[in-house]
Amino acid sequence: MNAVLVTLAFLSFEYPVNRARKQRICLYLIIVQLPLPPQAIAMPPSAQRAPVAAVLAAANQVILGKDAQIRLALTCLLAHGHLLIEDLPGVGKTTLAQTLARLLGLQFSRIQFTSDMLPADIIGVSIFERERSRFKFLPGPIFSQVVLADEINRATPKTQSALLEAMEERQVTAEGETRPLPDPFFVIATQNPSQQIGTFALPESQLDRFLVRVELGYPDRAAERALLEGGGRREQLETLAACLSPEQLAPLQRQAAAVHTSPALLDYVQALIEATRGSPHFVHGLSPRAALSLLAAARAWAFVDGRDMVLPEDVQAVLPGVACHRLRLARSGAQARLEDVAALIHAVAVP
Amino acid sequence: MFAKRASFPSPPSPALERGALPWLLATALATAGPHAGHLPPWLSLVVAVLLFWRFRIWRTNGRLPARWLLVLLVAAGVAGIVAQFHTLFGRDAGVALLVFFVALKPMEMRGRRDALVVVMLGYFLLLTHYFFSQSIPTGIWLLVSATLLTAALIRLHGGNQPVGATFRTAALLLAQALPFMLILYVLFPRISGPLWGLPQDAYSGLNGLSDTMAPGSLNRLIQSSEIAFRVQFSDRIPEKPALYWRGPVLDDYDGLTWRARVPPPHGQPAKPVIEAGGKTYDYVSTLEASNQRWLLALDAPIKLPPDSELSPSAEVLARQPLRARTRVAFTSTLPYRLNRVESPLALQQALSLPAQINPRARALATAWRVEWNSKPSQQGADERIAQAALAMFRKEAFYYTLRPPLLGEQAMDEFLFDTRRGFCEHYASAFVFLMRAAGVPARVVTGYQGGELNPVDGYLVVRQSDAHAWAEIWLAEQGWVRIDPTGAVAPSRVEQGIAAALPEGEPLPLLLRLDAGWLRQMRNRWEAANNAWNQWVIAYNPQRQRELLSRIGFKEPDWQSMVATLTVLCGVALLLVTAWTLYQRRTDDPALRAWQRYCAQLRRRGIRLAPWEGPLEFAARVGRERPDLGELTAEAARCYADLRYGQGGATQLQPQLRRLQECLRRLPPLWRKPV
Repeated sequence: MNAVLVTLAFLSFEYPVNRARKQRICLYLIIVQLPLPPQAIAMPPSAQRAPVAAVLAAANQVILGKDAQIRLALTCLLAHGHLLIEDLPGVGKTTLAQTLARLLGLQFSRIQFTSDMLPADIIGVSIFERERSRFKFLPGPIFSQVVLADEINRATPKTQSALLEAMEERQVTAEGETRPLPDPFFVIATQNPSQQIGTFALPESQLDRFLVRVELGYPDRAAERALLEGGGRREQLETLAACLSPEQLAPLQRQAAAVHTSPALLDYVQALIEATRGSPHFVHGLSPRAALSLLAAARAWAFVDGRDMVLPEDVQAVLPGVACHRLRLARSGAQARLEDVAALIHAVAVP
Repeated sequence: MFAKRASFPSPPSPALERGALPWLLATALATAGPHAGHLPPWLSLVVAVLLFWRFRIWRTNGRLPARWLLVLLVAAGVAGIVAQFHTLFGRDAGVALLVFFVALKPMEMRGRRDALVVVMLGYFLLLTHYFFSQSIPTGIWLLVSATLLTAALIRLHGGNQPVGATFRTAALLLAQALPFMLILYVLFPRISGPLWGLPQDAYSGLNGLSDTMAPGSLNRLIQSSEIAFRVQFSDRIPEKPALYWRGPVLDDYDGLTWRARVPPPHGQPAKPVIEAGGKTYDYVSTLEASNQRWLLALDAPIKLPPDSELSPSAEVLARQPLRARTRVAFTSTLPYRLNRVESPLALQQALSLPAQINPRARALATAWRVEWNSKPSQQGADERIAQAALAMFRKEAFYYTLRPPLLGEQAMDEFLFDTRRGFCEHYASAFVFLMRAAGVPARVVTGYQGGELNPVDGYLVVRQSDAHAWAEIWLAEQGWVRIDPTGAVAPSRVEQGIAAALPEGEPLPLLLRLDAGWLRQMRNRWEAANNAWNQWVIAYNPQRQRELLSRIGFKEPDWQSMVATLTVLCGVALLLVTAWTLYQRRTDDPALRAWQRYCAQLRRRGIRLAPWEGPLEFAARVGRERPDLGELTAEAARCYADLRYGQGGATQLQPQLRRLQECLRRLPPLWRKPV
């Protein structure tokens, strides 16, 4: 049936469209014909969004003046991605991670990375139980729904890659036995950009494992004043009630992945990706995987925003977070900065 | 109107980035540098110092010189140029002034505007190189410089991108301009003669034959491997020994120098009569500038190019001296008979000799005359005498050399009986002297003999080193007959060229040596490339333009129709580009069309949608900038977002489309001021 429809559609275009465009429209028709997940149709966007809005509101109560970053972190979580925070100590990286874990009702653990750390310190060890005469696996801190990996660049590459492999596979293999990690599994890694001595910078291929990279930055004056007046945030964390149950999160993630992307929007995403590839500013462009990540993040962002379709604005909102750590500047070899990505956005017309 | 415009404060020119300055200095160096050869040395030095000074200021982040100092420098420079050239106008002074300013302008850099002046000046200065040279290296250099200038322009506007990318963009821009350049090149009406006046001394120092022949005058020419002219035969090429290119005919001898006869001041000079004897040869010669009138046709020409005439002694003369490379077409015949009936005056002239010189030669000639007059035979006595002279050259110990010993007052006697060493000019003049002394009318003909076929492009190349002198004697019934006494002494000179005729160790330009095989091949290629450039680029004059245009179907092209075609073609090309761009941008989507129209309306109300802006963001900005339009735009943007980025078929979204079109109608009229 679909095939007949598509063939008819293909033949019935009377106005001059080039072949590639025709094919794209037909592909779109095929996709439209496919049944959508039942929840996406059943619930209006506002109803879906209610828990998300509650999480955002509560998080903003704890971390002041960082709405965009919180939103991006939540977006990253909803898009099944991992988050990399690059900033100085004390700007609220841990608080952000703990807040998200609590509000979403997830279990939280923290790993402080050091240069003498071994993969077993993350994954866990098997110890011999004398009474039962067998080995017992003691799961490491990675067996947690939200993992805060602090100062990831201070660990040796071996330890780093243990974490990064776990992030990618969502499972851990120790002593020949594969153990699945909990679901949802969300890693928030932090890096301290100012201390470069004695650190092991993550190579690009491993940076690619993080969906989004954010900088928290200093709070603005008003937020800082409120912080100073309001006392410790950690205590406030203790009293924070979960807005979601872990069972609710999975459907939300599914819905976020089902947000509609129109051909026009895909055109725009492609134009952006092509611009990074043709640009003399960057060493190389964004990979297809980066393009997929960008789209996933944009979908989640639109979902957080309460929309059932992705707009160019959504792509623009997540692009700095998705692209900065994946692009290197041709001039200096350093990571792209926010203003480089802003210049990229300004150079690409919305089709 | 202008006063009103001037009252607007002009926006300040954007400041010049530090990184852009080396680009400007490079363009100044590239455009002014090659002029160093034509400028007075002091000016080249000043320019170099100025540029270096500016570079130092840039390196050390120093301060630019004060304004009064600049004014002083300008005044001093202009005064120097006036003192040098006695004018500020004309080619040399104008170029000197431009070069000076290109070097001085970087001293005054307040904003991008000043930098643009340097680049534009550079473009102009680039053109002036063509006043001095139009060779292939100049063309290549100008192309490179134009790319550099364009890259500098891009750098000034586009900011700090990698150098390679800037050059790539510049090269791409130039490449895109190529079609227009070709259209303009082919169709732009050509003007005969140069557009600009050149100073008189521009033509001095040109090499070529002259209308006198003194001992050693040809010697200098033969040492030069410069090209005298190139010939393209339309079908067949005569044998090399028959290639005599006729130049000045000299028949007035004063004992030292042969001169061309001054034509009688009054009366129409008699036209020579040339009878075609056999094959005819059509060819086109491209003559290098010589500042002389001889067109050097193959003996003997029967069809002449326009604007030329045949002298009584069968030289082809142009109306004006050749001051530029000239392309002329001839038809010649071989063999030929020239002036079987000759005027007594001319014969008289061809017998005259200065009295009292060279007694031994005269005695020999008289002896021949007596001998052959007394022996009647089928051949005339005159012809027998000529053969006797040739036989003497052939049999006795005469040598062909470019380094003959110096001759004294009795030059012919010394040459014929003592030194016996010389080259064409000695043999020709000695032969003619003997003939005249024996009573046979004779004269010296100078010109070129031979030539070398360039296998690369099939042109016959005749060089200055092919310069030659030979003799002509007049025989009853046969007219003027060419006799080459050099051929009797050194037959290889005529058959193979000068390099073969000379003994070992004689000085000759390296490139003329026969044995430098690969060198010779390289030279052939280079000269063929030069020739193609000359034929198709430099020599593209009104006549060639007409030829080309009539070949592609223009009947009788005049400048009006050319301008019309040019306009139409350029217009069509521009239209095609525009159409292509529009086609790329066209839209079939009614939602997009309605939204674009809505945005166009907003643009007329002073709010412009940035190309990268999404609809909702744009609506939010409109709400901030023009609150009165905010709500309407927000609704339009929502509808558009639904239509373009949302789910659902066209029928489902019909209401949104209607609402978007409705928004367009509900926009307040243009004349209503914002609240």
